[in-house]
Amino acid sequence: MIEPLLRVRNLRVVFPHRHGELVPIDDISFDVKRGEILGFVGESGAGKSMTGAAIINLIDPPGYIENGEIWLEDERIDQLDARAANRVRGKRISMVFQDPLTSLNPLRTIGDQLVETILVHLPISPEEARRKARKGLEEVGIDPARIDAYPHEFSGGMRQRVVIALALSAEPELIIADEPTTALDVSVQAQVLELLKKLCREHGASVILITHDMGVIAETTDRVAVLYAGRLAEIGTTAEVLNSPQHPYTRGLIASTPSVEHGDIGTHLFQIEGAMPRLDALPSGCAFHPRCEYADRRCAESRPDLLQERVACWQYADG
Amino acid sequence: MNGERGAWQRFLASDFFYDFKRSPVTLVSFVIVVTLILLAILADLVAPTNPFDPASLNLMNGFTPPMEPNAFTGETFLFGTDDQGRDLLSAIIYGLRVSLFVGLTAVILAMVLGVSLGLLAGYRGGWIDSLIMRIADIQMTFPSILIAVLIFGVARGLLPPDLRDELAISVLIIAIGLSEWVPFARTVRGTTMVEKEKEYVQAARLIGLGSGQIMLRHILPNVLSPVLVIATITLALAIIAEATLSFLGVGAPPTEPSLGTLIRIGQDFLFSGEWWILLFPSVTLLALALSVNLLGDWLRDTLNPRLK
Amino acid sequence: MDEFIRFEHLGQRFDLSEPLLARLIYRRPKKFLDAVDDVSFSIERGQTYALVGESGSGKSTIARMAVGLLLPSTGKVLIDGHDLHDRSRTEAEHRRIRQRLQMIFQSPFASLNPRWRVGSILAEPLRVFGLVEDRAAELGRVHELLDQVGLSASDARRFPHEFSGGQRQRISIARALASNPDFIVCDEPTSALDVSVQAQVLNLLKQLQRDLGLTYLFITHDLAVVRVMAHRIGVLKSGKLVEEQATAELIESPQSDYTKMLIRSAPRIGSIQARTGMSQA
Repeated sequence: MIEPLLRVRNLRVVFPHRHGELVPIDDISFDVKRGEILGFVGESGAGKSMTGAAIINLIDPPGYIENGEIWLEDERIDQLDARAANRVRGKRISMVFQDPLTSLNPLRTIGDQLVETILVHLPISPEEARRKARKGLEEVGIDPARIDAYPHEFSGGMRQRVVIALALSAEPELIIADEPTTALDVSVQAQVLELLKKLCREHGASVILITHDMGVIAETTDRVAVLYAGRLAEIGTTAEVLNSPQHPYTRGLIASTPSVEHGDIGTHLFQIEGAMPRLDALPSGCAFHPRCEYADRRCAESRPDLLQERVACWQYADG
Repeated sequence: MNGERGAWQRFLASDFFYDFKRSPVTLVSFVIVVTLILLAILADLVAPTNPFDPASLNLMNGFTPPMEPNAFTGETFLFGTDDQGRDLLSAIIYGLRVSLFVGLTAVILAMVLGVSLGLLAGYRGGWIDSLIMRIADIQMTFPSILIAVLIFGVARGLLPPDLRDELAISVLIIAIGLSEWVPFARTVRGTTMVEKEKEYVQAARLIGLGSGQIMLRHILPNVLSPVLVIATITLALAIIAEATLSFLGVGAPPTEPSLGTLIRIGQDFLFSGEWWILLFPSVTLLALALSVNLLGDWLRDTLNPRLK
Repeated sequence: MDEFIRFEHLGQRFDLSEPLLARLIYRRPKKFLDAVDDVSFSIERGQTYALVGESGSGKSTIARMAVGLLLPSTGKVLIDGHDLHDRSRTEAEHRRIRQRLQMIFQSPFASLNPRWRVGSILAEPLRVFGLVEDRAAELGRVHELLDQVGLSASDARRFPHEFSGGQRQRISIARALASNPDFIVCDEPTSALDVSVQAQVLNLLKQLQRDLGLTYLFITHDLAVVRVMAHRIGVLKSGKLVEEQATAELIESPQSDYTKMLIRSAPRIGSIQARTGMSQA
């Protein structure tokens, strides 16, 4: 078996708080294989963005990784000092955020920013870097002649393409894309996702795609991890998870997503009652049990572990 | 059960109070400000003598150094006395009362004026906004103390001479109040422009509420936290402005000396060796202004969600 | 069928010109944007009409004109045949019309005044329209409204920040219901909500339509949502209505290229079946 690119084991992130501590991520383990797209899906507050931030060492203080290990191949990256973390971030792992403007400096041309990133991470001459920058723009479907344009001269979708070019420019092994298309219109979203998928294949980069949209997961990812209240509810290949979801939460999430393919005015959408608990009021046992129609006493009392590396649910354990 | 708790319990459990308890500088500032305010309010009860009652003054007590018995009368004064034998501690306590009264009322005046104009400018926009903000811009190009001197001078010139001393404190309040409204107006205008676009304001418009009601009932409560911060910082400024004006001799009349008046009197004696007449009023003013300012800084940090 | 509201040649032109002085100095002409351009459609009583479009399509501008928050530059909004913006009407008549039109907004955070308790938020329209006699009746009606949207009477004492996004949207719905409206504009009411909560709110809106005979104008960018919400759909692009059909026809056999592209681009969970064959490693 091939060694995975990224291994995360028993990750637990803690934020000290005046009434004790908040735990936005609790005991999450997963692998990212080379060249695969792993989706993280969940609702707001599920901990998906926080997991991305933990991998690249960007958790806002006072939060910190209390427990667990993060390995990028044979290098442990959860305990790096600031300088070493900076080297990993950008070179081996890069990020694409929801709002392209947070990743682009409004005062400098996109060419400058691409060239700078390339020069920091690759041992090549400025001329070569500029050539590479033009090629990068071409790849994401932007006319290389616009290399000296400023970010504000592009539309939202085009800007996100620039950010993807920037993320790929240092030839990273892993790209963490945090809701990369949430701010975009549907028509543009489809193009940007297609592009991200295609380029990562071509460059052999792995992707962690963070999204709240099951449809995006279905169209883009190879494997998917479903997060609920900072815990892994279910993980598996996208086909497995979407075709035969095991966790009641995953089932509910899929069933409550309206589809453009069926339904009419008379359709009553499936709904999960209640809302995701707040971090300062997590229920005992399985965090989903108050909203779960199958929950019994055991679900309220103790927390299920991930079973057969697939699903964290007591009901599944019983078969 | 959550809703049944009293306001006081809610306050004690709030993040606001928690932050407050954890900041020693803020605690000390708070204690100083409260003590000084209490002294000012209870001046008649706590001051050893009434410094403005000529009958209680004994010229023989003049220039008594602090903590030393007077050579003629044998009386001892904690902070010493001035040239007329006035107990300096009492003078400071009464001066504090004048300074705080002028400062607080001036801030209230500036706040009412600034908040009203800011709401109007921000909500209405257009030429009303341009007019109000251009006046504010022009006023900001002059130091506020200059504006206050100007207003003070004009007002006194307009008043009949026999009313001048009587109305001096009111004129002082108006002068300082008018010179400090701009920061309130600017902040409130900015926040109002943000708030008025929010959907709860649209919802209020939808049921047909008028602009006045929307400004007062819906927007005003949402712009008050920055106003509170500015009010605190402006209070320190107003107290210093009052002291400066009084120091320049255009503020509180000698019959009702404020801290600034006391400092002006004190500096006449600095080089003749009676240092205490200048030192104690100055230290009091410094402690008051600094504590109020530190409280204002803390409020700003606590109420600003972006710094959290 | 019985028409409730009709939009006739509706247009909204925004003046994007620079300030007068700048125009004079740099000799720039005035600039206008036609956010909404000659849009006409009507909604049957008790039905839902969905306006679908991407950002900048003018759908929110139409929403605001439909309830009278924005005056149309051209064209008319007719409610039961009466012009919404008829200036010859008295204030009392205006008030009666306003009472029939309500709106639910997109943001569960900005749509409720954070300094007001839920009870006061719901009581405000009751007082403004003079719908209750005294405090007791007011409280009774507030509790009834909370019950109608699936919240409890004790929630009236709480502040908006104590609720989740979905609950806040329910409060918004309750506020819209307070004045007994006939017509509610729903401006992207669920786009800021999580999927599992979105289903709750959509089902609630459908339930209320059945119970109260409400007419909806539903504004959204999400074709999957309108499929289960709308009787008719209009597709907007750059301020113009490009296509209008009954829901099933529009989605099954779209006529314009733009609509086809929108439907094609909508991400769908079912696509995994098509993909599994080819992407197995």
